Amino acid sequence: MAVTIEEKQYLVRFNCDTKSHLEVKNHDVCATKCPDKDCTIFCPADVYKWEGDRMFVGYEGCHECGSCRIGCPFENIKWEYPKGGHGIVFRLA
Amino acid sequence: MSEKFDVIVVGAGPAGTSCAYTCAKNGLNVLLIERGEFPGAKNVMGGILYRKQMEEIIPEFWKEAPLERPVIEQRFWFLDKESMVTTSYKGLEWGKEPYNNFTVLRAKFDKWFAQKAVEQGATLINETVVTECIVEDGKVIGVRTDRPDGDVYADVVVLADGVNSLLAKKLGFHKEWKPDQVALTVMEVLKLPKKTINERFNVGENQGVSIEIFGDATKGALGTAFLYTNQDSLNIGVGTTLSGMIKKKMKPHKLLNELKEHPMVKPYIEGGETVEYLAHLIPEGGYKAIPKLVGDGVIVTGDAAQFVNAIHREGSNMAMSSGKIAAETIVRAKEVNDFSERTLDVYRTTIYDSFIGKDLKKYKDAAHTFEEHPQYFEQYVPLMNQAMNTFFTVDGTAKWDKQKKIMKSLTAGRGKLGVAKDLYRAWKAVK
Repeated sequence: MAVTIEEKQYLVRFNCDTKSHLEVKNHDVCATKCPDKDCTIFCPADVYKWEGDRMFVGYEGCHECGSCRIGCPFENIKWEYPKGGHGIVFRLA
Repeated sequence: MSEKFDVIVVGAGPAGTSCAYTCAKNGLNVLLIERGEFPGAKNVMGGILYRKQMEEIIPEFWKEAPLERPVIEQRFWFLDKESMVTTSYKGLEWGKEPYNNFTVLRAKFDKWFAQKAVEQGATLINETVVTECIVEDGKVIGVRTDRPDGDVYADVVVLADGVNSLLAKKLGFHKEWKPDQVALTVMEVLKLPKKTINERFNVGENQGVSIEIFGDATKGALGTAFLYTNQDSLNIGVGTTLSGMIKKKMKPHKLLNELKEHPMVKPYIEGGETVEYLAHLIPEGGYKAIPKLVGDGVIVTGDAAQFVNAIHREGSNMAMSSGKIAAETIVRAKEVNDFSERTLDVYRTTIYDSFIGKDLKKYKDAAHTFEEHPQYFEQYVPLMNQAMNTFFTVDGTAKWDKQKKIMKSLTAGRGKLGVAKDLYRAWKAVK
């Protein structure tokens, strides 16, 4: 049974676009105003990773749930759908 | 792509496809736009599909739709760390026509359902994102897509674009959802032999079980977990309000791991092979979060309109009904060739008079009550377990003394008045 997020994500098919559909509007906000960085915890696919000085956004593994857009306390995430036919492809449920 | 349709439906989920199917069946020229590779590719649900509302669209659909199992038993578990209090209903009549509800895998089901709409005459385009509604003089006259020369026009645009509801938000029909108006849910599909599932869940061929789990599964946060039987797999998932997830600093996939490792859950899923991991939001803002539903040339349906009854885990059925009501409204509007907000408003009044409006109204304070007062999930579920343990452990203590001890422990934390208040508040929230 899949335990780590990497094992879980490996089971999902992604048809990645070359361009990110997620964008941190202002990286300074993450660096200076947001000590908790909740998105790095609640994102169900670990798309957001704090790299010490900058927020890394691994949009390729995004489930397109929308939690980051709604949950970011500074509304600092520009969130769009990936281009038609791209992004996550659920095969089962 | 500058052709004009009678109706453009955005999103081929239960709401959109129901609408497209019903419009096409009534002779309207319908375009159904789906952003996924195929209908279902972006759609997630724990897995319960209700017969009643689906049957109103396609009679006897169970004879050909890709369903998993008819649910003949609904179990409810109130989990503590190493124990649980359970209740359930099992009825064989649910295993026979016309059935009550089914487990389904959405990627398969939605694809089939959209194909049925195509058979009725709807045009389906996949792999196309609608980026905005085209508005002229305050009236929605079409949609802009991400295809080259991708503007398409119609008398009415139906927004069935799901929980994120970006298009209705852009029209100003609602503000961005708040973290307490959505539930973040993750699930896994676990492959297991059919025979193993039948034995573990004590059912026969083509009989299914749904289990709703409260308490320790969400660490006291407002939410539930579930375990549903498919033919040869299980759907296991857990979700809480996004606000609850943030407040408790929980990682969703770890919460799911803890559920899978829980001693009450583990024996049921042991040996299951994870074949898919999925995350999705559920709109759980309820009655008060319902956005503006109708404008000139536009109608909002399904998850995009917050039509989910979280207490009864009903959503796909409300989506289907809302899609059908939207279609019936549009068919009538077409007869008088008037697609103004005034004419389409029949949709809004019909929705509010239907089980959708009524059920959401019944529970309008429930989510808020249970979110604001975490004792229901944090304290009462463990107390239930302790009370059962005390009462049924034979240790030479007289039953009267046990009852006194239970009553004392029930009121120890919150006092007699506190418990009375909690009971009254809970009753008020769901009455």
